[in-house]
Amino acid sequence: MATPMQAEPTLSFNLARDVGEVLEYHFMVNALIAGSLVAVMAGLLGWFMVLRSETFAGHTLAMMALPGATGAALIGVPASWGYFAFCGAGALAIGRSTGGQRRGLGEQSASIGAVQAFALALGFLFLSLYHGVLGDLENLLFGTFLGISNGQVLTLAAVAAGALLALLVLGRRLLLVSVDPDLAAARGVPARALSIAFLLLLGLAVAATCQITGVLLVFALLVAPPAAAQAVAVRPAVSLALTLAIGLLTVWVGLGVSYFSVYPAGFFITMISFAIYVLARLLARARGKSRPGTELELERSEAGSGRVGGVID
Amino acid sequence: MLGQAFMRNALLAGTFVALACGVSGWFVVLRGQVFAGDALSHVAFPGALAAAAAGIDERIGLLATTVLVGIAIGLLGLRSGSGGGVPGVGGSPAQDTAIGTVFTFVLGLGVFFLTLFSLSTGGGAGVQAARTLFGSIFGLGAGEARLAALVAILATGATLALARPLLFISLAPEVAIAKGVPARLLSVGFVALLGVVAAGATVAIGALLLLGLLTGPAAAAHRLTGSPFPGIALAAALAVGSMWGGLLIAYLVPSLPPGSAIVMLAVGCYAAAAAADARRPRRARSGEAPRDPAAANAGAGATRIDR
Repeated sequence: MATPMQAEPTLSFNLARDVGEVLEYHFMVNALIAGSLVAVMAGLLGWFMVLRSETFAGHTLAMMALPGATGAALIGVPASWGYFAFCGAGALAIGRSTGGQRRGLGEQSASIGAVQAFALALGFLFLSLYHGVLGDLENLLFGTFLGISNGQVLTLAAVAAGALLALLVLGRRLLLVSVDPDLAAARGVPARALSIAFLLLLGLAVAATCQITGVLLVFALLVAPPAAAQAVAVRPAVSLALTLAIGLLTVWVGLGVSYFSVYPAGFFITMISFAIYVLARLLARARGKSRPGTELELERSEAGSGRVGGVID
Repeated sequence: MLGQAFMRNALLAGTFVALACGVSGWFVVLRGQVFAGDALSHVAFPGALAAAAAGIDERIGLLATTVLVGIAIGLLGLRSGSGGGVPGVGGSPAQDTAIGTVFTFVLGLGVFFLTLFSLSTGGGAGVQAARTLFGSIFGLGAGEARLAALVAILATGATLALARPLLFISLAPEVAIAKGVPARLLSVGFVALLGVVAAGATVAIGALLLLGLLTGPAAAAHRLTGSPFPGIALAAALAVGSMWGGLLIAYLVPSLPPGSAIVMLAVGCYAAAAAADARRPRRARSGEAPRDPAAANAGAGATRIDR
């Protein structure tokens, strides 16, 4: 079997030829499919995460990779199992510690921080108890797109399909709870259960995104595209579609460029998504919407006037 | 135990770093800026790597990055501050998103420098440098310990010197601005100061464990008392207590890393305080006013500080 990197990849500046060269390799095709699945899932869940301003919770879920991977290595199971287990436990802990009573913002972020600190402390404990090579952990931290197997692509597709299905069922109620909690409460929407369900879904998306970008750079796909879309578009459907477009574009260009370069895909994906975010913020300001809070409030008033509520009926 | 040089160094650096984390952590929790503190501890890594790639002292790169990103976060917070552009109350939704995006950008640069570094030195050395840099608190040399203690003392002093106006702009931003307190400067200055604390703590206790010391004791203190200065003192005491307890446990149980022991104690403080708080009757619970800045705007907070 020919090794993928046998021929030195060279850029001919002929787009069709370069894209053709990239697509010749099975591992690149797999990477592109996996990347697209991840971009869609991260975009959809990230959109709700940005709307609900739960970015810190998302970051904390990403950090569950450390105790997850090291704990799994310690008891000898695949790293992804440990990761999903800790993501689930983390989502429940965050939901429990923040959902109880309506405490101040400070207390809320403090309890998420406490969950993260505890998980990291556990991770370091596992790491010091384990005396082997943690190849899986390196991949989780920095991400890899080389050598994604057909099985992994199938797993990702199944996870993405599951998350998509769950969002189809919960999406509208989740939107209502996020933009107008009072109206949602009046209609008997179970806010607490929804918020925990959302955190669990978010954990799933974060765990999947990590495989491409690495733990530290998940926000490149999870936060930047939705934040950019929400800065320029007000209607939920438009900004969701924009999120998906930005996410897919970022992944495709990032993977393509990194094929021709020695630098990792995570770097290019981060830089592209950050550039798009900055452009969107500048565009929003040029259109006289310099305060990012405005978009959310616009949506709130929309929900209040029954537009979102009407959709839910 | 104190006969060991590494233990004396750990105690010297640890005590003062914990003190700085406890004091500034109280304000961090009050202002809802835990995420900012967390982000600052993460960007220390790319900063150190960039300095290593450029061939200058890692600690300078680290400090410069945390302070610069701190200023950037502070400025972004001003622009998107909640309450009609009133600075002071952090943690607004848009700020949350901006912090997430900015620190991912900086971490992306870190991956770039990591690759650059390992390419130029033949692989692995960059990772090695980062590992040494974020090593265990038990591995501190005497000079490093003294430097960390000095930075921490300065940061604690600066935070305490700013305590009153900072409290004022955190609890009653409108009143503070009306009275001519430079709220914008203070908000940005505080996050920059947090950058200094993060830099000092990162070298001493590791980037990923700073969060526990910043959050746990301070959140516990907020649960236990609503009055500011006893709260700050309690947060500092709990942080230093967690540090001493963690060092002692790690010394007695060699398989337990000191960072894990310290953070578990610090988070344990918060869990215990939350449990104690939940057991108390609702009316007797303290600290409702300072915990909710909007409620404190009514003036109760302001009169208490002005006293």
